[in-house]
Amino acid sequence: MIDRRARPLRSARYRSSGINREASPLRALTVPYASILAGSLLPVLLLQADVMPLSPPLGFMMLLAWRLMRPGLLPIWAGVPLGLFDDCISGQPIGSAVFLWSLAMIALEYLEQRIPWRGFWQDWFTACLAIVTYILAAMALSRASVSTPLLVATVPQIMVAAVLYPLLARLVSRLDRFRLARTRRIG
Amino acid sequence: MALPSSRRSGFSKKAQYSVFTGYLLAALGALLGAALLALSYWQPGSFAPLRGAASDVVTPVGEVPAAARSGSQSAWDVVTGYFNAGAQNARLREENAIARIRLAEAEAIAEENQRLKALLDLAKGEVDPVATARLVGSSATSARRFAYVGVGSADGLVPGMPVRSPRGVVGRVLEVARGSARIMLLTDSESVLPVRRAGDNTVAFAEGRGDGLLRIRLINLGLNPLEEGDVFVTSGAGGYYRPGVAVAVLSEITPDGGLARLIADPSGTDFVSIEPIYESEAVAASQVGGANELTQQELEE
Repeated sequence: MIDRRARPLRSARYRSSGINREASPLRALTVPYASILAGSLLPVLLLQADVMPLSPPLGFMMLLAWRLMRPGLLPIWAGVPLGLFDDCISGQPIGSAVFLWSLAMIALEYLEQRIPWRGFWQDWFTACLAIVTYILAAMALSRASVSTPLLVATVPQIMVAAVLYPLLARLVSRLDRFRLARTRRIG
Repeated sequence: MALPSSRRSGFSKKAQYSVFTGYLLAALGALLGAALLALSYWQPGSFAPLRGAASDVVTPVGEVPAAARSGSQSAWDVVTGYFNAGAQNARLREENAIARIRLAEAEAIAEENQRLKALLDLAKGEVDPVATARLVGSSATSARRFAYVGVGSADGLVPGMPVRSPRGVVGRVLEVARGSARIMLLTDSESVLPVRRAGDNTVAFAEGRGDGLLRIRLINLGLNPLEEGDVFVTSGAGGYYRPGVAVAVLSEITPDGGLARLIADPSGTDFVSIEPIYESEAVAASQVGGANELTQQELEE
């Protein structure tokens, strides 16, 4: 009788990366969008900041982070559907995020053609610029009567957003690894 | 690092066209956004069904973190309470003594109240709330101040109903979907509430500033009679809120009134009750002119 060969011991170690594995297309396609939608949803549900605008616009920041970390992954028009979802729940008038997110995507594309070099500090600077512009523009479009106290109240929000961007960029690079993890078995 | 060359379209016509299409779609998207924005400025209610459908889906999800949030708040209170126990004990004992005196006074007033009401044949008791719900979400990123509750038109809510917590007024219902509703909080910069000073009849408007404080604007200008610590209650004018519900405490005096802090701070509020509109005839009468936003109208006057 011939005994059945034991399973090779090494297979467990190579479970996540082997020559017969490839990235799951479903995961590769959905992770960026799902994370941006989650970013839109999170401040609405998790933070009860009813007295002043406190939470950074996480949806927009996730979009920025994906755009800056993986240029070309999101199509330029991605701001339209994602912005529409953000508008439905964020309390802004419908159309404000569709408009501003699309403009941001076009502006970043243009900026990238003009200044093709990239780096951590430059990305952070670009993101901060985009976030500050976005928060102020969103406030102007929100039908709120803009007054000095309201402007002062957004300062903490802007500061938190600026400090949070590198963390979100880290998160996005983790998510990108997860997105492209070779999990689907072929053959 | 420079741009990866794979993203340049080069001489390939197909690649050039796809880049061009991307730009075109993005520009059209921005235009679409501008058009939607113009429409929602012109007709603010036109996207209510869309927003309503979204909030109907989102609010049940929000119940879970809302419950967890109130749990974690109380846990934090336990920790801080432990450290403040001694000082708090002394203070509470003092407050208790004062409260006993006030209670006796209040009983006397209640008796007198009952007698006067019997004279006037006004046997109106407490208002039964239309619904009670948890605040499940808020517009934490936006410059507007909205909150969401998990009850809607299926529970009998209509726009305009006052929302209050056990402490005082929180806001009013702005948009109603089937199973959820959007509440405009008092601190929203478009919110205006007619109030009067408790104790006398100094009438004023309490306008939200957007940063958590209310601006109290006196209707009768002249000598500013307000003092720090004055309590403002709803006056019942306008017909939405029933009179005598606590709103805010004055914290700073300005030439035309003052700045006030909310008594029912929504971020510390867990459950709210939605009450029927106090005088729906008065509200209907004020809307004859076709203005759908009472607050706007009042602001301009």
